[in-house]
Amino acid sequence: MSLPPYARDLQLTLCHTCGQACAEDVHHCPRCNSVVHRRKPESLARTWAFLLASLIFYIPANLLPVMYTDMFGNGSENTIMSGVIEFWESGSWDIALLIFIASIAVPCLKFLVLGTLLITCQLRSRWAMRERSKLYRLIEVIGYWSMLDVLVVALIAALVQFRSLSSIEPRLGILFFGLVVVLTMLAAMSFDPRLIWDAEVEDA
Amino acid sequence: MNKPDWIICEHCDSVYQPTPLVRGQKAFCLRCGAVLERGGHLSTQQLLALSICAAIVFCFANAFPVMSISLQGLGNEATLWQSVEALAQGRISVIAAVAGLTIILAPMLQIILLCWVLSFAVAGVAAPGFKACMRALEHLRPWSMLEVCLLGILVAIIKLGGMLDVHPGLGLWALGMLTVLIIIISGKGIRRLWHDLEGVIP
Repeated sequence: MSLPPYARDLQLTLCHTCGQACAEDVHHCPRCNSVVHRRKPESLARTWAFLLASLIFYIPANLLPVMYTDMFGNGSENTIMSGVIEFWESGSWDIALLIFIASIAVPCLKFLVLGTLLITCQLRSRWAMRERSKLYRLIEVIGYWSMLDVLVVALIAALVQFRSLSSIEPRLGILFFGLVVVLTMLAAMSFDPRLIWDAEVEDA
Repeated sequence: MNKPDWIICEHCDSVYQPTPLVRGQKAFCLRCGAVLERGGHLSTQQLLALSICAAIVFCFANAFPVMSISLQGLGNEATLWQSVEALAQGRISVIAAVAGLTIILAPMLQIILLCWVLSFAVAGVAAPGFKACMRALEHLRPWSMLEVCLLGILVAIIKLGGMLDVHPGLGLWALGMLTVLIIIISGKGIRRLWHDLEGVIP
């Protein structure tokens, strides 16, 4: 099976905004006026920066409480993990699993996958290129589901407001957690999956 | 060789000649396996109709509470906006901006821009600011997270269901419909307008 040519072989560059095949020497897409880059600018450095920042924020996001619950005078604070455990112990294993996947498994998977992609691209590895491409697409698709916990806390805090009887308030942890999600999304967006394939051509 | 007709895979930079696809067909990249194109896009009229529908449903989803609770005779309900406001307390208000963007602002802008661009495209004309609108639609796509919000409401219903009486509100049904509509209209199908309006874009 013969593989198709690369854009560089035909002196073409893809416009990321509108999908137009532009000539290699243009700076702005002739069709939609966006800036055209052969590869996303400073892709590896920017992705590392976003990834490290999100890793740092992930620590307070898990250690600090995300929610303060006051039920009939009994106040308690919940972290993300203690929320999951509470669900698990109360018998709703399905919801516990859902929140665990969205809030813990997905961010961790993103850290691992982006880290692997960055390191292999920097080493100009030609290992499992097709599979690494698939991994990148996977984290693009599942990444934003981590916002789940932020939105759940928002909804619950908006609903449970009965002054003296009971109230639920968001806490600092949810800020860090939300920032982790945004930063990992930015990291995934600034990574250029074409770098995976560049090693094959440039080192050949 | 007609240059603008090439398709380039955004994941590996492979170049292909486009093939006409019928509804349900997908073109995959031979090298990396990414989806290049999907066949059977909706027509401009269909997209416009769905966008207007989404605009109406959006108003319902935001005007009515998505869920309400009651506790010992006291009742309380929350709209999407009130949920965003609940996060805007003290030091964490940054996250309210993020939540507001993902569940209200981004979908709203998508609907407005789509209605604007499509209502001109139906007449075969490029809307004023066509290029800027199309670019904005591309950049908004990843930040619109209504499906996550929908799942969040369901989790919240179950979470609170253990201690209080929880009732889904009218806004929840509207939000469910809006989520489906947004998924249909906000995809990459809109890029077809670049081809359809070729020559009339200033």
